[in-house]
Amino acid sequence: MSIMGTRVARTEDPKLLTVGGTYVDDIRVPELTGAARVTFVRSPLGHARITGIDASAARAAPGVVAVLTVADIDDLPPPPPPPEGPPPDEPAPLPLGGVWQEPLLAVDRVRFAGEPVALVITDDAYRGADAAGLVSVDYEPLPAVIGPEAALAGETLLFPEAASNVAVTNGKPADPAAFDGCDVVVERTIGNQRVAPVPLEGRAVAARWHDGRLTVWVSTQNPQISRFIMVGAFGLDPGAIRVITPDVGGGFGAKIGVDRDALLVAWAAKHTGRALRWTETRTENLIAMTHGRAQRQTIKIGGTRDGRVLAYRLDVVQDTGAYPRLGGFLPFLTSLMAAGPYDIGRVETAYRVVVTNATPINAYRGAGRPEATAAIERAMDLFAAEVGMDPAEVRRKNLVPAGKFPYHSPCGPVYDTGDYVGALDKVLAGAGYAELRAEQARRRARGDVVQLGIGVASYVEITAQDAANGETARLEVHDDGTATVYTGSSPHGQGHDTAWAMLVQDDLGIGMDNVTVVHGDTDLIPLGIGTYGSRSLQQAGVAVHRAALDVKDQARRLAADMMEASEADLELDTERGVWHVRGDPASARTWADVAGHAGADGLAASINYAEGTPTFPFGTHLAVAEVDTETGKATLVRHVTVDDAGTVLNPVLTEGQRHGGIAQGVAQALLEEVVYDADGNPLTSTLTDYAAITAAELPSFELLASETPATINPLGVKGIGEAGTIGATPAAHSAVIDAVSHLGVRHIDMPTTPARVWAAISEARNRQ
Amino acid sequence: MIPAPFTYKRAWSLDEALELAGQGGDDAKFLAGGHSLLPLMKLRLAVPTTLVDIGRLGELSFIRDEGGHIAIGALTSHHDLAGSGLLARELPLLAHAAGLVGDPQVRHRGTIGGSLAHGDPAGDLPAVVLALDATLVTRGPADSREIGAAEFFRGLFETALAPGELLTEIRIPKPSDTAWSFQKFTKRAIDWAIVGVAVQGGSVALVNMGQTPLRATAVERALADGAVPADAAAHAAEGTSPADDVNADRGYRQHLARVLVARALAESRSRS
Amino acid sequence: MTINGSAVAAEVADRTLLVQFVREVAGLTAANIGCDTSSCGACTILLDGQSVKSCTVLAAQAEGREVTTVEGLASGPDELHPVQQAFRAEHGLQCGFCTPGMVMAAVSLLAENPHPTEEQVRSGLEGNLCRCTGYHNIVRAVLAAADAVEGQERP
Repeated sequence: MSIMGTRVARTEDPKLLTVGGTYVDDIRVPELTGAARVTFVRSPLGHARITGIDASAARAAPGVVAVLTVADIDDLPPPPPPPEGPPPDEPAPLPLGGVWQEPLLAVDRVRFAGEPVALVITDDAYRGADAAGLVSVDYEPLPAVIGPEAALAGETLLFPEAASNVAVTNGKPADPAAFDGCDVVVERTIGNQRVAPVPLEGRAVAARWHDGRLTVWVSTQNPQISRFIMVGAFGLDPGAIRVITPDVGGGFGAKIGVDRDALLVAWAAKHTGRALRWTETRTENLIAMTHGRAQRQTIKIGGTRDGRVLAYRLDVVQDTGAYPRLGGFLPFLTSLMAAGPYDIGRVETAYRVVVTNATPINAYRGAGRPEATAAIERAMDLFAAEVGMDPAEVRRKNLVPAGKFPYHSPCGPVYDTGDYVGALDKVLAGAGYAELRAEQARRRARGDVVQLGIGVASYVEITAQDAANGETARLEVHDDGTATVYTGSSPHGQGHDTAWAMLVQDDLGIGMDNVTVVHGDTDLIPLGIGTYGSRSLQQAGVAVHRAALDVKDQARRLAADMMEASEADLELDTERGVWHVRGDPASARTWADVAGHAGADGLAASINYAEGTPTFPFGTHLAVAEVDTETGKATLVRHVTVDDAGTVLNPVLTEGQRHGGIAQGVAQALLEEVVYDADGNPLTSTLTDYAAITAAELPSFELLASETPATINPLGVKGIGEAGTIGATPAAHSAVIDAVSHLGVRHIDMPTTPARVWAAISEARNRQ
Repeated sequence: MIPAPFTYKRAWSLDEALELAGQGGDDAKFLAGGHSLLPLMKLRLAVPTTLVDIGRLGELSFIRDEGGHIAIGALTSHHDLAGSGLLARELPLLAHAAGLVGDPQVRHRGTIGGSLAHGDPAGDLPAVVLALDATLVTRGPADSREIGAAEFFRGLFETALAPGELLTEIRIPKPSDTAWSFQKFTKRAIDWAIVGVAVQGGSVALVNMGQTPLRATAVERALADGAVPADAAAHAAEGTSPADDVNADRGYRQHLARVLVARALAESRSRS
Repeated sequence: MTINGSAVAAEVADRTLLVQFVREVAGLTAANIGCDTSSCGACTILLDGQSVKSCTVLAAQAEGREVTTVEGLASGPDELHPVQQAFRAEHGLQCGFCTPGMVMAAVSLLAENPHPTEEQVRSGLEGNLCRCTGYHNIVRAVLAAADAVEGQERP
């Protein structure tokens, strides 16, 4: 029986459960013996000129090895010139550079609270905190630009040479005829708030320069890309840099590549000749690692009175924080997926990216697609309310029907396979939608204090958007019958060790226990992309599968030679893991035998799989919320989902990704928000103030199964990592609004904290 | 994350604790469970030069029925308060509130004395002991004092304790009216109360409605004058000065106070 | 102090936190530091059998006490503690960073409440943040371990 699709416990777990993972701060290797510690000095101000830095007291403090400021960075190549010509239509996720160039250490201006200004290097971490407090930096405060409105107003510019705070503009102006023929048009400006990724392990780096080589241990999602970034930043040959990624305690997109802080630690190791370690505190993580989302969205939706949507427009202002690291990439993805799973005739999108005195924005689970789904789902609900139709029925009426796949979205992508109405039906049935509406009606009739709300969200999302970048796999079968997979993927909780071993077992019959999966070392795996964008199974996994098939072909030739049979007469029995002549099981040869028969190159295959194209998982989420109408407190009581990412390799892993995604999605809807005051001071810089969601705020989830295979790859798989987040936020958000819609509430911006819900209820009551 | 340097001293007796604190001067602090003090020190918002660890003074951890009142040692942990059968019978308000402080790990270490001495108006137990008309017993280098709860909380993180004076015991008269309720309103279960209400009979105390825990005296007066709970609760915000912060503004806190007092009064009456 | 049954002693700076003592002196790096406000619980270990956030305890406060970490839970390489077994069986971990703290919090929770309801498990773990699992399988693991732990000695 094939192992594919069966529930398999993870091979990663025994170590994690008994001795714990080995994260960067846990690494104890001879190369790092005696490593010094790095502590950053960071700007406490959101926007200021630096008029002086006096590190003399810090340098004189006990245990201080060095204090490095921008004046010490004299040994790096200049940043690359800005690209020629107008920005391409499909911007690549590289720093925007040019006039928006982000320095390593602040030069003469700080643009966000938390921006690194100096490094203090001490023999131990304790003294680092002490010495950092002795570095005296003179700041001349500047007015802070907080939020998209202030950025657009442009009274204060973060980059005076840029002449505005708008770093990227894209899209056509609104077509005045776009909404012709619509009986009903609804327009609203809504927020998709700034949130913090909060991986449990913050950023951590260790680095050592030795014998002309830089070895960097870093908590990243992309060891090879990280090396590539360092090649550019340091002007070194790739062979002079080794990046090692041990266990990583969560990434969620925020650990893609390496950032300026990590580069500074690596640079400082080379500059001082001393091995260095840096592990950020949670406060640093909440203000100096990146944030996610932060879009202001103007949605306009129009259609007929019987619920057919004819036109939709989405205008996005992306607050990108102090430095546009990703240029227009995130709102570009938002625009790409703006139409959602609906068949809408006319869809227009436009976006602007503005800089503000806040932490830079980067990818965060979903990276631009949750924003798209949240916008269209809010629009669908507003449209449904306007035409007086049930929100689920409005969706059913507009979802791309099953017969229309592959579906050419007016926004550009071609949705490969899908059963959007089927997903909706499954969730409505699984949730008991009719009974939920009946219970809602009963409570409304009674005027209960605790009201019930139901939110339905349908979504489609794009995974492996950068499929053209491919992924690598090398598979070696050793002459003891075991196998090693070298994968370009870089898991940080996703269970690739288990998954890729399952693929090898399924293809070759080598038991999972005999398959070792290696990742995260550029000396062993020089080429690879890493793990983000829900790409790994359909890229790295397929690469492993291809490598296995390649090995199988080679093995067939070897076995035929050994057994003096023709290849056509040979069979691989994947249950027993042996090659034998068809009809003669006793002629079996093991993988050890076959590998031992291989020549000097051994039995191995290296694959760079780049034939994939993006795939489009989809689903529906239904959330049930209770709202205490006297206090405004909202509680999620049920969450039912279909998240269809094609064929499921291991339901255990898929469910885990869905659960985690749902929790983060719900957290954005109900609880989490990064807040700055008017001066750019972060008000949510600890986990007591930033309301990261706990087990007590969530119910158990109800996951329904659905597998509509992809056709683009031999495994039939799409990516599940971000789907849960994308569907969960609008469903939970909508449920809270729905709970109080009978009181006259039409919208509440996320997060639906008690204060916000109460304010909406009060405002609606005052209106009546 | 790492506290500023300090000198650690361990006391093995109450007298030694007072002696060590006296030596440390004004910048010495007592360390009990450490779950109010150490978090501040790790953020360097508090930088005591000497910590006197009183965690070994087992004689300060007790819950005793002393006839007309219950005596609780200052070093009694929230966990022990929450699990005490004696408190469940005699002072369920305190037992219940202690069971809501922080999370299980915090409750294993945090103590009632530490919470009260910290003087945080957003803490749960200060309002509870205020509602219960507790007497706080202290030992200083020169003498011992008995301070009524109403006089104990002076301001934001400010109590009647003098430097070097240690809270040793909390005496709580057994309530004549057994109606009780504790309403703790939070965004997340582990959060400090946005607003909280402690009710014991006709005593109503508020969490996080000012710089100290407050008695809702206007509510109490209305009740004493015969008002029904719902009407009395309308006075809940009178005399309060709640803060504006990321979780709530003044107006919303005042509204919550009214709602929660009404609920607390209703719930308490259902228990008497 | 005793850590997982073995005596460990060292001279350290007064301000050394227990989590740093466990990680740096005893070399037991399973307990992790995930925050600076005693919020996340990744550092949770047992002190005299009770779960504590070791980042909010001075090493000195634990002198002479018994510390138990996840490294000391299993009776042997193939004899996982029921809570560890249940976490594996229910996929109660992904990146693993919160896991040692989560497991120790669960062990303490079950020692004090051997048959918790789902609600009691959720509130009992409110001091432990996880960003990967959404808590769903963690809760299942604790409930599954509840029956298995019954009858075992308290750690």
